[in-house]
Amino acid sequence: MAPAEPALEKENKPVSGFERKVPAPPVTPETQPFWSAAAEGRLLIKWCRSCDQAHYYPRSICPFCFGDTTEWREASGRGTIYSYSIMRRVPVPYAIAYVTLEEGVTMMTNIVDCDLDAIRIGQQVQVVFRPTEGGPPVPMFAPA
Amino acid sequence: MTIKGKAYIAGIYEHPTRKAEDKSLAQLHAEVARGALDDAGLTRDDVDGYFCAGDAPGLGGLSMADYMGLKVRHMDTTETGGSSYVIHVAHAAEAIAAGKCTVALITLAGRPRAEGTATGTTSRNYGAASPDVPFEFPFGPTVVNQYAMAAMRHIYQYGTTSAQLAWIKVAASHHAQHNSHALLRDVVTVDDVVNSPMISDPLHRLDCCVITDGGGALVVVKPEVARSLRRPRVRVIGAGEAPKHQMGGKIDLTYSGAVWSGPAAFSEAGVKPADIKYVSIYDSFTITVLITLEDLGFCEKGHGGKFVSDGNLISGVGTLPFNTDGGGLCNNHPGNRGGLTKVVEAVRQLRGEAHPRVQVRNCDVALAHGTGGSLATRHGSATLIMDRG
Ligand SMILES: [Zn+2]
Repeated sequence: MAPAEPALEKENKPVSGFERKVPAPPVTPETQPFWSAAAEGRLLIKWCRSCDQAHYYPRSICPFCFGDTTEWREASGRGTIYSYSIMRRVPVPYAIAYVTLEEGVTMMTNIVDCDLDAIRIGQQVQVVFRPTEGGPPVPMFAPA
Repeated sequence: MTIKGKAYIAGIYEHPTRKAEDKSLAQLHAEVARGALDDAGLTRDDVDGYFCAGDAPGLGGLSMADYMGLKVRHMDTTETGGSSYVIHVAHAAEAIAAGKCTVALITLAGRPRAEGTATGTTSRNYGAASPDVPFEFPFGPTVVNQYAMAAMRHIYQYGTTSAQLAWIKVAASHHAQHNSHALLRDVVTVDDVVNSPMISDPLHRLDCCVITDGGGALVVVKPEVARSLRRPRVRVIGAGEAPKHQMGGKIDLTYSGAVWSGPAAFSEAGVKPADIKYVSIYDSFTITVLITLEDLGFCEKGHGGKFVSDGNLISGVGTLPFNTDGGGLCNNHPGNRGGLTKVVEAVRQLRGEAHPRVQVRNCDVALAHGTGGSLATRHGSATLIMDRG
């Protein structure tokens, strides 16, 4: 019994002994491909072929040029922490963050698999997908 | 067309309650409406324009017009969260200038304390049809941790400190001690703020505004009506409004929509930040005030921490007295929406009716600013400039 516990903790329960339950994202026809890819562990972003740049969150109509020729592209999953905060006055503290992807867009996420007090702006992170309550997994980030 | 001089704020009222377990939401709206009309020396039957926002129950303006028996010919239910009522003053002035109404009533009410709402620390779900929800709600965005991310970035980028942010709360508390209706009347120190429990880094409990029930109302009238009333006149001279959002993922948390609403208001009013004798700045959190003061041009971007320090926002002490009622940080944040009370205290200052211990001498030009929604995702900024008419 005793030897098994550390391994379990390492695999599933990195910091506080248990994890915040993650609500399922509502899936719409417009963003179905994003969530299908997430289920395969791939991070997709929308790219506009008219103005040749990425945006986030994904839309059918480009928020920059308002063109309708947007397409899904796979992101590298590498990024940098733009800002973050540790929500402490809740049953399970967690880190919310904005991560700027290599592709140039900044997305809301959680930082996981690390000591929450060691998180810093500018830190390099890599996408990891985490299960939600009854929905597709969502992209979170861990130190690279 | 300009709204400069086209409308006056003739009536103000701030509900004295801070916990309204024994009152309904519609009742609170009607009580504040009566209060502001009494203050102006007008009656319900004089009202021909009605303005309210998302806090109004049922069908909003329709439900409240029904409850209050209003017979109006102009309505506006612009909803930008807590800044809605600052925008309503500007829209009322526009409507009056266009001849659409002559006496506009604006009401706000809420009872989050009575309802036991965990305002700051739970995620609000705006529903599956809101396009941002799938990409934000799973990550636990709350009111506090959103503003906290803006504060964290400001600290990182400009070297702002928690002690500097704390000075904003300290100044508010110095003012609140004179307000018998304020929820928190104890004067606090910088140490008190930075040693209060951390809610969401870097924001402590005392960096956060209060949660209160209650509400307030404003009556905006055309110049001819204002001149017929026996009250000190407060004239609307400039306004600006602007949404700021995530800009397709090109996120920059170091500034707010005040960079757009501020210049629009100053330009219309024909005044500069140096002309402003008193400011009401939306203070959901200390960081909200600091970023707004920079964006409105009261100091350089990044220098807000230094600007607010050492009592610079305390009336009678510093160069820019702010929120002399104690603001949202100490006095009142009715229904989690602080824009209306910002206008109320600015009008008190211009009338010379603020508490004598915080009344600004020769207060001839004042500014009220609202920041509704969330600073770190999408918010509505609203700036209003008034003078003695
Ligand atoms: Zn485009």
